Amino acid sequence: MAERQLEQVAAELVDRAVRGGASTADATVLEADDFSTALRLGKIESLKEAASKVLGLRAFLGVRSATSFSSDFSPPSLERLVGRTIAMARVTSEDPASGLPEAELLGCYEGDLALFSRDVGELSPESRIDYARRAEAAALSADPRIKNSEGAWFEASVGRKAYANSLGFVGSYRSSYCAVSVAPVAEDGGMQRDYWYSVARRAAALESPEAVGRKAAERTLRKLGARKMATCQVPVIFDPETARSLVGHIFEAVRGDAIYRSASFLTGKLNQKIASERLTILDDGLRPAGFGTRPFDDEGIPASVTPVIENGVLTNYLLNCYTARKLNLRTTGNAARGVSGPPHVGPKNFYMVPGTHSPEEIRRSVKAGFYVTELIGFGVNVVTGDYSRGAGGMWIENGEFAYPVEEVTIAGNLAEMLNHLEMVGTDLEFRSALAAPTLLVSGLTVAGT
Amino acid sequence: MPNPDRFFLERFGLTEASLSQYLGAALSVGGEYADLYFEHTTSSSLLVDESLVKTATEGISMGCGVRVVAGEQTGYAYTDDLAPEKILKAAKIAARIASGPARVSTVGLSTLEAGHDFYPVALPSTDRDLADKLELVVRADVAARAYNPRIKQVRVTYGDQIRHVLNAGSDGRIVADFQPLVRLNVFTIAQDGSKLQSGSSGGGGRVGLEFFSEERAPEHFAKEAARQAIVQLDAREAPAGEMEVVLGPGWPGILLHEAIGHGLEADFNRKGISVFSGRIGQRVASEICTVVDDGTIPARRGSLNVDDEGEPTQKTVLIEKGVLRGYLQDRLSAGILKTTRTGNGRRESYEHIPMPRMTNTYMLAGTDAPEDIIRSVRRGLYAVNFGGGQVDITNGKFVFSASEAYLIEDGQVTAPVKGATLIGDGPTVLTRVTALGNDLKLDPGIGTCGKDGQSVPVGVGIPTLKISQLTVGGTAPRSAQSFT
Repeated sequence: MAERQLEQVAAELVDRAVRGGASTADATVLEADDFSTALRLGKIESLKEAASKVLGLRAFLGVRSATSFSSDFSPPSLERLVGRTIAMARVTSEDPASGLPEAELLGCYEGDLALFSRDVGELSPESRIDYARRAEAAALSADPRIKNSEGAWFEASVGRKAYANSLGFVGSYRSSYCAVSVAPVAEDGGMQRDYWYSVARRAAALESPEAVGRKAAERTLRKLGARKMATCQVPVIFDPETARSLVGHIFEAVRGDAIYRSASFLTGKLNQKIASERLTILDDGLRPAGFGTRPFDDEGIPASVTPVIENGVLTNYLLNCYTARKLNLRTTGNAARGVSGPPHVGPKNFYMVPGTHSPEEIRRSVKAGFYVTELIGFGVNVVTGDYSRGAGGMWIENGEFAYPVEEVTIAGNLAEMLNHLEMVGTDLEFRSALAAPTLLVSGLTVAGT
Repeated sequence: MPNPDRFFLERFGLTEASLSQYLGAALSVGGEYADLYFEHTTSSSLLVDESLVKTATEGISMGCGVRVVAGEQTGYAYTDDLAPEKILKAAKIAARIASGPARVSTVGLSTLEAGHDFYPVALPSTDRDLADKLELVVRADVAARAYNPRIKQVRVTYGDQIRHVLNAGSDGRIVADFQPLVRLNVFTIAQDGSKLQSGSSGGGGRVGLEFFSEERAPEHFAKEAARQAIVQLDAREAPAGEMEVVLGPGWPGILLHEAIGHGLEADFNRKGISVFSGRIGQRVASEICTVVDDGTIPARRGSLNVDDEGEPTQKTVLIEKGVLRGYLQDRLSAGILKTTRTGNGRRESYEHIPMPRMTNTYMLAGTDAPEDIIRSVRRGLYAVNFGGGQVDITNGKFVFSASEAYLIEDGQVTAPVKGATLIGDGPTVLTRVTALGNDLKLDPGIGTCGKDGQSVPVGVGIPTLKISQLTVGGTAPRSAQSFT
């Protein structure tokens, strides 16, 4: 459907809910055309293609509410959906913080945010397959020790989204993205695997598949011969990929829902210094072609830029309308909603502002330390800030990479890590809605033998 | 008891003739095999937070996935509209993977019985009144708050789904199933001065609401979540480095899931990218270890009558007395490896291509008394509750994160320690299992496994066991070497 038709589906569903007895209501409608292919050792393993659609309804009875979703857009089905949603809303609790946004907050950014590019949908299946094939070929030919591959992938997606509410807001936008990735396997005694990828909203903005393949090979080869190391406390460098996960934990800790539940180590810390003055984090909903960019959030609040941490001071929590009311603050336009529930809090483009040190300069500053390129597991507790994750990377001696390391953990506490941020790199790149440059953090325990 | 075979016929008019037509379209340009996967899922969820019922959600998702297999290649397409022209269109898109003359599609379809019924449910949860489900979450909220005045926040979630599936293959087989799934989770936060700690617990399975009674009443999970948060208020720094580790029974079985389970999935092994590739018949665990994957345990979260390719599930021995015996197979991998399927072909939904996945993975009980195992440790860690885990199947390194653990000092369980990640090497960790309890327990039924972006419900289990050497990722090194 065109966006206008999607808007109509959303608006009609809201009308139907209000006619059916809801005091207020809102609806989200999503549609996507997805393509993906997997190749391995030059041969196609799978080709997948489909169009999908789904809608979600939220109906209010005063300050009670319920939500529902369905992929069946037929009028009788929607009539049943409305009936059941309103019936559910009757048994939920009265919650004074619930409800649609205040009408004066609604709006839509009118400029071009470059979220959609026609070239993604126009790529032929052959050229899509060729991206993956070329990336894998480049990885396989990079070094004789690359002998196998888990595969190479290309995916392309074009989506449309509409939102409407009973205050009269109706809006829609379309977006696109494509990605190429490859995971080579190297063998020299033991086996190691790593991967690399490029992702963009425009096909023309993808890195060349050859560059992606070579980078994947390089990342895989440097893991060969990895060993454990002795347990110690050393400076730890996070590369941009692993630094991004740290920024993700900070995001989880500044979400309004974690704050009003006291489920974050940053509860009650607004306007306090919580980090090294080297740390500035912004949440930018307007960055052109960003992966967290959108003209309005999933409650109809126009996109904006929210400073979150400024020179170490926590200046804003990230909020949707519900959490804003709970905290007596104003929404920051961070409502994010799939369809299977009410809006939660999601990032816009949540990123750490780059510093002044090149990644090489950061590495050379370390006499003995650990350069982390890989983190696994879920050992992070945002309530307490306790941090303990499986890690792999490189041992640094006198500012140079000495040997690869595996089967170790790094542990500390996020509150302390924020204060022990010693250096921030210049190498910021936006590869998802979260982004960070290379970071140097002191005071962490690396556990090995 | 709903009849799974009739569901799609009655709702969507699917007949053997229409299924044949769709399969014919799927094989219209060649390919050896095609199948159709029809799915209709009704789900509901509830959230109680701050003692308010804040969210009630209900949804329906349905569709059909069409797969065409040509050699080692798979073409896949799906539709969320079950109108005949939409299914035919998906079949033709999936068919693009093949290039050749049309295959005569089928020898005539016939409906097969799953052969067993591992989850008979008198009244499916989706047919129960919302009020009955609300009662469960409210009772859990009340019980968690009543446990201790230091419990400051309680959040309870309830979720259920009923999944109707029908699998029709070009080998002539039609298999249908009806799969209930229910869970209840309780999350708590305890506060003492400025100290905050969290706890969580929950249970469920392929059951109806009657599951939540007696020792599985909502109050049980609520108290357990509250107890964990209160215990953690006194937690000290976790140790760092290699030491003896004793795992408690049940949920710590996530060790098996990460350390060996994923590495034994046949897709990784036929590609030669698993650390376990080519190691069948070799010793990968100590002699006291026997590990199985069993999709046939009644009412368990990871159980299935048939897998998502229509194959009956089974009990598969992965490790027998320390020796690697087999892999977990789906249709494609079993065909390429010229071996038999094991009923482990699973998918998240009709939007996904099936692949080898675990069901319920557990280690058989040993003979040691759990107390004796703890007594045998001079200095180590006793871990009884875990969060998630992850593995790199190529180098075999895996982690799993303890959320409740204690020090063992001179054979006694002493102070609670903060959550810490444990890291090890899949092919060697089980060779270091030196004691095995007689107290096998399965997890409470809330586990979900992710692979390639697909989530499926699974189960795990172990008896109390001792690992002679494993790295614990705390912050308190024994003899800290410090570099500046």
